[in-house]
Amino acid sequence: MKEALESIRRTADELIAQAADEKAVDELRVRFLGKKGELTAILKQMGKLSAEERPVVGALANEVREDIDTHIRSRMKELAEAALTARLAAEEIDVTLPGSEPVQGGLHPFHLVLNDLKEIFLGMGFDVVSGPEVELDHYNFEMLNMPKSHPARDTQDTFYITENLLLRTQTSPMQIRTMEKDKAPIRIIAPGRVYRSDAVDATHSPLFHQVEGLVVDKGITFSDLKGTLEVFIQKLYGPDTKVRFRPHHFPYTEPSAEMDMSCFKCGGKGCPLCKGEGWIEILGCGMVHPKVLENCGIDPEVYSGYAFGVGLERITMMRYGIDDMRLLYENDLRFLKQFN
Amino acid sequence: MKMPLGWAKEFADITCTPQEFADRMTMSGSKVECWESEADQIDNVVVGKILEIVPHPDSDHMVICQVEVGQEEPVQIVTGAGNLKVGDLVPAALHKSRLPGGKEIRKGKLRGVVSNGMLCSLSELGLTKHDFPNAVEDGILVLDEEWAPGTPAVTALGMDDVTVEFEITPNRPDCLAVRGLGREAAATFGVPFKDHTPEVKPGHGDVNTMLKVDIENTELCYRYCGAVVENVRVKPSPKWMRQRLRNCGVRPINNLVDITNYVMLEYGQPMHCFDYKYVNGAHIHVRNAKDGEHIVTLDGVDRALSPEMLVIADDNGPIGVAGVMGGEYSGTYDSTTTVVFESAMFNGPSVRTTAKKLGLRTESSGKYEKGLDPNTCHKALARALELVQLLDAGDVVNGIIDIYPARRESRCILLRPDMVNKLLGTELSREEMVNILLPLGFTMDGDYVVCPTDRWDMERDCDIAEEVARFVGYNKMPSTVMRGVAEARPTPRQTFDEKMTHTLAGYGLWECETFSFYSPKCYDQINLPADSELRNAVVISNPLGEDTSIMRTTALPSLLDVVARNYSARAAECAVFEQATEYLPSALAHEVADNDFNNYSALCEKLAAEGKTPSDLLPQEKQKLILAAYGAKWDYLAMKGVVEKLLATAGIKNITVVRNAEGTTYHPGRAADLYVEETKIGTVGELHPTVCANYGIKTRVIAADLDLDAMFDLRAVETLFQPLPKHPATSRDLALVADTSVPAADMVACIKKGAGKILESVTLFDIYTGDKIGEGKKSLAYNLVFRASDRTLTDEEVDTAVQKILKNLAAIDVVLRS
Repeated sequence: MKEALESIRRTADELIAQAADEKAVDELRVRFLGKKGELTAILKQMGKLSAEERPVVGALANEVREDIDTHIRSRMKELAEAALTARLAAEEIDVTLPGSEPVQGGLHPFHLVLNDLKEIFLGMGFDVVSGPEVELDHYNFEMLNMPKSHPARDTQDTFYITENLLLRTQTSPMQIRTMEKDKAPIRIIAPGRVYRSDAVDATHSPLFHQVEGLVVDKGITFSDLKGTLEVFIQKLYGPDTKVRFRPHHFPYTEPSAEMDMSCFKCGGKGCPLCKGEGWIEILGCGMVHPKVLENCGIDPEVYSGYAFGVGLERITMMRYGIDDMRLLYENDLRFLKQFN
Repeated sequence: MKMPLGWAKEFADITCTPQEFADRMTMSGSKVECWESEADQIDNVVVGKILEIVPHPDSDHMVICQVEVGQEEPVQIVTGAGNLKVGDLVPAALHKSRLPGGKEIRKGKLRGVVSNGMLCSLSELGLTKHDFPNAVEDGILVLDEEWAPGTPAVTALGMDDVTVEFEITPNRPDCLAVRGLGREAAATFGVPFKDHTPEVKPGHGDVNTMLKVDIENTELCYRYCGAVVENVRVKPSPKWMRQRLRNCGVRPINNLVDITNYVMLEYGQPMHCFDYKYVNGAHIHVRNAKDGEHIVTLDGVDRALSPEMLVIADDNGPIGVAGVMGGEYSGTYDSTTTVVFESAMFNGPSVRTTAKKLGLRTESSGKYEKGLDPNTCHKALARALELVQLLDAGDVVNGIIDIYPARRESRCILLRPDMVNKLLGTELSREEMVNILLPLGFTMDGDYVVCPTDRWDMERDCDIAEEVARFVGYNKMPSTVMRGVAEARPTPRQTFDEKMTHTLAGYGLWECETFSFYSPKCYDQINLPADSELRNAVVISNPLGEDTSIMRTTALPSLLDVVARNYSARAAECAVFEQATEYLPSALAHEVADNDFNNYSALCEKLAAEGKTPSDLLPQEKQKLILAAYGAKWDYLAMKGVVEKLLATAGIKNITVVRNAEGTTYHPGRAADLYVEETKIGTVGELHPTVCANYGIKTRVIAADLDLDAMFDLRAVETLFQPLPKHPATSRDLALVADTSVPAADMVACIKKGAGKILESVTLFDIYTGDKIGEGKKSLAYNLVFRASDRTLTDEEVDTAVQKILKNLAAIDVVLRS
């Protein structure tokens, strides 16, 4: 029997080493170690042995079983590794092929810039409000200290619907609507479409966007206006951006100012974009005129406020270096796809 | 406003460079647009003296001149002009010189003879006969003053002044004058303001015996000053005056006209000079026009006048439209011997309305509109008379007629330094403030600031604050961060809109921004029925053109324009959307007349009685989502999928899909309306082929038109967690055969109704039409998943449900496929 066991061990070793794949090894496991396998068959004959021989043969049988089992496991592992290596080699692809395009759409550049702007002002405690584009003359002009005969009306060529209804020429009527509704304190921005009868060209459009800002509270100063707008521009265009304020005039603010920012193209040295000045006009602003506060039932002896109006087109064009306003409204996909 | 720097120097000693002048004036509030000098265009052109003229040997019209140009040797210059004689002083452009328009002159040979430059004519120097009336037009400019040869020509011609162009804001009409800007400059540079007081030498006679003036409407005419000059000697004005006018962009005409323009530029006061003999009755009436009156204005146009217009009339009728333009005989002529100078002050809004109504905006009306100071009238007229005497343009008749019913007195504003500091965020002393105000012409009367009467913009604290701020320097003032805590966050609507647009972008659509107005023809382009209420739009009364004449009531045409543009740009695929505003007219708008607005508070009261406000007159501004697409990926079901998924994202459930067979804008067989109960949320469909054709698109375009306002109202406010299933599901496939006309939605409805609560999902996985089931039939294969949340379903339960489903389906002639 010893010889038979040794013979099984030899045969098994030989066959396991030759097995070409995991399936063949598994068949060998069944053939030698299975319930009906060769080793089991021999062990069934153990009863015929003498009492002295039995433990000796038993020990040998166990040894053979373990040997075969070990061989099978290591052969299995070897084969699995070889198979994996072969698979990896077979699966090599040209990794420089272009990736598949995911489905993609995107937002208009206005939307992207406006979101940045909203985020900046929300962070400073400004709510975002909106209001009608077809507006009453009363809100667009009268309440903003621009009665019918006011010469400043000439600077805003107006589309009229009737004598008293018009397309708003500015987002400033939202100042009035907000003050009438909420009284002080107020901290809002009001983005939206505005209209002036300018023919379309690279820098003009009969429809454009403004973002109005309004703060009314006790103790609001011109210095607050400056501080807020400086933070705004530096958050939008980077901390190195410089701003300057120039005296200007708006009927609904006093004192009034225009704010310039250092030219983003030349950094202030002077170039064709900034007409050699090093500065680009970016927005108009000022302290809310006491007449406007009074018109809205707010006492200028107690409250003060500031307001500003930014052109979204200008901000967007400067952000992306767009040189023709018409592109923003043509919605050519080749244009729209550049921003997302 | 253009201002020659040399002129401003008469009012303030300015010594800095033009660049520094421009920078500092801008920062103190007088914005400089640009500055330039005619001399910048001209280089190396000097005064030359003709020493010798000999004929050119090879030309019968050219001559060879020896010209002294301030160098050691005379230079030889060949010219074709025939108006020269020895001794003449002429502008000589030397070798390597530059002329206006960028023209460069170099030495060369003219028919074999060396010419070291060019002798210049008026036009070569950028001048006209208006600027140098004594010069010949088709020859060389011969100077009529003595200048040393070699002197730069720009100096000799008076072209070396710098002209600064300002942008003057409407609140500062005083700065539409050299004097006003001079005052600003003096304050800006801290030098004294050298105001000028005109002095008229005694003349002859008495103006009151020659002219009578009556102001009949003192509301519209605040002051009228008139003077008479006899024996006028009309001739060109002197070079210095012509030069300054030209630098201001005003064409020199003759001494009388030039004086009126010069005074207008200097004092900002429009002035008029007209022939005395055409004033019938020697009597001027400032009055309203009468019904039916006409006037032929100086520009030769016959204009009908209306009674609200103010006119200057003589005893016979109007001879001028007050503040706008004179009548046809109100100029000066060769036969003129006596003239009237008018310096008057009219009501700005009235001038503005009249000018607008006549379609006649003039330099003069533009100035009056902004509101001038009546106290300037007399001073300006005296200045004109002073110039008449200086230029020897005529004999001044003694006296100035001055009708001034209500004198404009200085405004006084209480100086409250604390209020100014409170507004600015500064800590300036009263003395610092006063020191800023005094150089600007303000004076102090106790605690009151007395404003010059030409600073009518000054009314209260904030105006004082601005004067203080601009001379402290806006950029020298502190920048602070606002105190106090403020909480801000987007509204639910803003968050919702943002989510919808981001979702659509995620589905592969590109957001657009289109104009809110378009042409009424757009309605025809989308085949909108003639009686559609959407054709009732808000109409712009003064549009730029038809293309932008009405506010859109549907934004679909706007998006189709975008699609068409991309189609013609050969985009293989295009999927776009816009969150668009549509403007639906208010019915109330017809019930309120324009005149009702004249009394706004009465209008508010009247409307309040009906629970309304004037804002209810405004159109409804609806928010829509318009989607449009073409390309291989896009068909009806693809677009419907986008819409369904979008509505699911919004948490909108129980959507009913109803075929839209109206078939004008959309394909009658490929469009549907979406409802939640009775509320229509939108339409999705393939566009009608004729609509595509109208837009020149030769492919199928799919669109959707969604009511964002309704979607917001119907949105799920909160999302609730559903526990994960604990019990297994049972799945059954049903292949159903029906007539092709039976809507799948009806079949699904039967399935849902029959299965009841235990149906977890029903999914269409195959559609078949063909021979195996016969013509007019379709087979739809559905996968049904059944599950109960509290137990494992038995086969019997599911079988019972399927039987019920089949029974329901049989009722609409749908059967299991055998």
